[in-house]
Amino acid sequence: MKGIPISALLGLFITGLFFLAALLAPWIAPYGLGQIVGDIWEPSSSQFWLGTDNLGRDLLTRMIYGGQTTIFVASMATAVSFTLGSVLGFTAAVYGGVTDQVMSRVNDLVMSIPTLIFALVVLSVMPVTIPVLILVMGLLDSTRVFRLSRAVAVDINVMDFVEAARLRGEGQRWVIFREILPNALSPLVAELGLRFIFAILFISTLSFLGIGIQPPETDWGGIVKENREGIVYGIPAALIPAVAIVTLSISVNLVADWALNRTTSLKGGRGG
Amino acid sequence: MHPIPKLVIQRLALGLLLLFAASVMIFVGTMILPGDVAQAILGQNATPEALANMRASLGLDQPATTRYFSWLFSALQGDLGTALSNGRDIASSIAGRLQNTLFLAAVAACISVPMAIFLGLLAVRYRDRWPDKLISAITLTSISLPEFLLGYVIMYLFSVQWGLFPSVSNINDGMSFLQKLNAVALPAMVLTLVVLAHMMRMTRAAILNVMQSAYIETAELKGLRRFTLIARHAMPNAIAPIVNVVMINLAYLVVGVVVIEVVFVYPGMGQYLVDHVAKRDVPVVQACGLIFATIYIGLNLLADLISILSNPRLRHPK
Amino acid sequence: MADTLLEIKNLRIEATVYAPGEKPRDVVIVDDVSLTLERGKVMGLIGESGAGKSTIGLSALSYGRGGIRLSGGNILLNGREIRAAGAATLRGLRGKEVTYVAQSAAAAFNPAKRLMEQVTEATLHHGLMSKDEAEKRAVDLFRTLSLPDPENFGKRYPHQVSGGQLQRAMTAMALCPKPDLVIFDEPTTALDVTTQIDVLAAIKTAIAETGVAALYITHDLAVVAQVSDEIMVLRHGKMVEHGTVQQIIEAPREEYTRALISVRSIDHQQKQPTPEPLLRVESVSARYGAMAKDVLSDVSVELHPGQTLALVGESGSGKSTMARVITGLLPPRKGTITFDGKPLPPALRQRSRDELRELQMIYQMADVAMNPRQTVATIIGRPLEFYFGLRGRKRDERVQELLDAIELGKGFADRYPAELSGGQKQRVCIARALAAKPKLIICDEVTSALDPLVADGILKLLLDLQAREGVAYLFITHDIATVRAIADSIAVMYRGKVQRYGPKDQVLTPPFDAYTDLLLSSVPEMQLGWLEKVLAHRRMTSAGN
Repeated sequence: MKGIPISALLGLFITGLFFLAALLAPWIAPYGLGQIVGDIWEPSSSQFWLGTDNLGRDLLTRMIYGGQTTIFVASMATAVSFTLGSVLGFTAAVYGGVTDQVMSRVNDLVMSIPTLIFALVVLSVMPVTIPVLILVMGLLDSTRVFRLSRAVAVDINVMDFVEAARLRGEGQRWVIFREILPNALSPLVAELGLRFIFAILFISTLSFLGIGIQPPETDWGGIVKENREGIVYGIPAALIPAVAIVTLSISVNLVADWALNRTTSLKGGRGG
Repeated sequence: MHPIPKLVIQRLALGLLLLFAASVMIFVGTMILPGDVAQAILGQNATPEALANMRASLGLDQPATTRYFSWLFSALQGDLGTALSNGRDIASSIAGRLQNTLFLAAVAACISVPMAIFLGLLAVRYRDRWPDKLISAITLTSISLPEFLLGYVIMYLFSVQWGLFPSVSNINDGMSFLQKLNAVALPAMVLTLVVLAHMMRMTRAAILNVMQSAYIETAELKGLRRFTLIARHAMPNAIAPIVNVVMINLAYLVVGVVVIEVVFVYPGMGQYLVDHVAKRDVPVVQACGLIFATIYIGLNLLADLISILSNPRLRHPK
Repeated sequence: MADTLLEIKNLRIEATVYAPGEKPRDVVIVDDVSLTLERGKVMGLIGESGAGKSTIGLSALSYGRGGIRLSGGNILLNGREIRAAGAATLRGLRGKEVTYVAQSAAAAFNPAKRLMEQVTEATLHHGLMSKDEAEKRAVDLFRTLSLPDPENFGKRYPHQVSGGQLQRAMTAMALCPKPDLVIFDEPTTALDVTTQIDVLAAIKTAIAETGVAALYITHDLAVVAQVSDEIMVLRHGKMVEHGTVQQIIEAPREEYTRALISVRSIDHQQKQPTPEPLLRVESVSARYGAMAKDVLSDVSVELHPGQTLALVGESGSGKSTMARVITGLLPPRKGTITFDGKPLPPALRQRSRDELRELQMIYQMADVAMNPRQTVATIIGRPLEFYFGLRGRKRDERVQELLDAIELGKGFADRYPAELSGGQKQRVCIARALAAKPKLIICDEVTSALDPLVADGILKLLLDLQAREGVAYLFITHDIATVRAIADSIAVMYRGKVQRYGPKDQVLTPPFDAYTDLLLSSVPEMQLGWLEKVLAHRRMTSAGN
């Protein structure tokens, strides 16, 4: 892994820290999630590193557990959107013709309604549970992945080496997995990063609006919602999730940028 | 036939079709509930009679297609039905709120569009130098932040710390235009920041794309001044993509409004929608969803039409 | 030396390369090149791609594309040093003293403006003429360049005229301000050969009538010989040879120049037809999707085992569609294809693995014909595995045998395509085709993306393999010289039809039909005065009609 720029290394490191904290939450969190340990909105101290929240719970503990939920939901939603979007996108590109037309038009249709509005409409009648949230977010976001992976695959699909494989008599599996996928990986990995960030922002927004993660569970968006009243009194507790979200998204962005920049070197040809 | 009217009619028809399909999706989206709406509204402990009454009042005893078309036709006539939660007429509740929302969006657009284009030009002019890098660093940060958090950061700084603007955006008909502007200052600022980043980046990309064309080199090799070159050769070709960028971002802005209204307790469509999602008030959600989707699709359609109208190949066919 | 217009001394040009994953590094593009151009003279700059000829041409405008820097030496225009001149000075000379004609006029014209406005823009910008004078001059130039309806030509938009016309309009744009010097940067390369000759003649007439000096940049020696007084041969950014046209063509001093002149040093004996053809295409018609017109109509040709059939034609003649029909990518609408005595199923998916194996294909762009993520061993080894079930050591041994057969030898198996040169890539593609032990290989413009010397090597290799393995080639090309070198029979294609077909000696011997005559006579020949001769010949035939 030589030649990784410092920015990408830093991004990888911080992203790793966040995931580690999420995985180890029960062991590293100083207090229990719902445990009331002090006064309301205490400032940060050696006892409560980030202070306490609107009910007197330790904010660091809530941030760690909230991060666990946020990262878990976002990861799963990304996994759903990615698997579904890329498989369908590749299928549309490789089969082409009517299959492609139908799939692309349906995709355009779903994309014609803003994601947040669509999610609000659906969540107004669905029970708001974590699996439902993951599914709704994943399905809605898979439209974006579909569009990108289809575009990437269409570009590769018309290359002569894919035609050469077809002329040899290779089946669709070989064409998709051996010819197209290895060449589509870099832009897809970069997109994976961006979709993950988007999922983080999305679940936070939903929770903030009160239609995401429901109490007693919490996530970063929920922490903002709980502590929003404090802002008016000059208590910045609600802004702490902002720092976490920004740090995580920028780190992931740095990694994604690096992955995307690598794409140019993979086209080959120019080096010779 | 000249290709432009033909294409415009085609796109308009397509837009209507899309709108129709979107309305179907919004309607279907509220029916995929396991169980039914009546149960969800009344809860587990409702008596069978109450449920039956509820179903009848919702029209749930009729087939879905019948319900859909009666909903659509009344919506087309401006009748959006009545809210389940308080029994009020939805259309009249929405009217004032829609106006407020559009006012807020318009203020944000008036600030963000010129600013985005100016910054985009600046970034191109100083490409890969510090102004460009600074602008892209700021935009990267603001993209990484959800709208509502940006809202609180700004509220915390401008209202709580510095006391410049009110933290809660109350607005009513009795206020003068300036008072209204003062009231929406903070939400408009947040919305501006939210769309500015995207718009600026896309403007920069659109201009760079034009500036890298071979005909710009041709013009440069004619000995034209940089300003003449941009005004005469780059601008005519860059306007269409930039207008496109603006339209797409305005569509995005309309969605951003939803969240920002909640943050600043602004009496607009967005807050109305979110409130009633939590109350599971399906007719209101459907009505608001339809209006937001219409605005969104309309703006995207407009972007499409503008790029058709400004394409010289279509304007001057062979 | 009172008449010296442009003097370039010890020019050095560098660029910074930003390779992904590497530190930026400087490369020298042009090194120690000197030239002197007198007023009213035309100098040809010739070389392969990457020779730095365009970069030198643009240096006469003191202009560097992208990250290119004119880092050393002198450029004297009208006795004035311009290499490091300020922006204002450069603006004053660009478009006034020196103008530029680009390779792709289609991209070089602003799509949103009428031609007249663009043609006269530099003239008006520098205040050289009044608007009426400039427009009158433009119309005169349109006439000189034999553009249709010169009075109204300028009212049109770039997309409303053809590629050849646009290239001439660009020449008018360059000549309008009455410059001292015009840089022609491959002005006819993007054009079909029959269009090229008209544009070439127009440019030559315009140069003669305006008395302008020119740098004419091209990779085609035969073309540059028609328009210039002197020629400079460049390779890898350095001068190889410089002399008058006559000296360069008739008595080249350097081996490289000699190789450029006698590009095809191949001695091929034309073979006689055998009783049973390997491939028989009978009255085939084909079209794409829902198109209303056939791209191929009623085409019939035959190809005999171990021989080469050349399909010749310009872009749009349907020759590449033929390849798609034969390979089964585009099933024909009508007609049959017989291969090795048996009818060949029309669509790819109906064909058996053996039928697929016996018919292989080599592409024009070797770059994109190989998966950049596979090593040479995988690329060549996959057909072995797929068709013959070879694995492990057996497969590796056979891969090495094939690498030996294409003269690449050891150490190539583990490389990726990006680590190969253009010629090596094409050789690997040949090995991949050979791995299937085919009876027929379709070669689609396999040498046209390569530099002449490399192309020559590839053709020799192909003929050599044909002699050893007895494989037949369907050779698709627009290059008559290649056809002369390797074909046994020829089919001339025009607008989807076979215009002329038969053994090579017959097809290339008069009397010709009108199109074949036009096509053959349009191919630039390496001799002085060829252009005049052809034009005179055309005037005679058209007068005769």
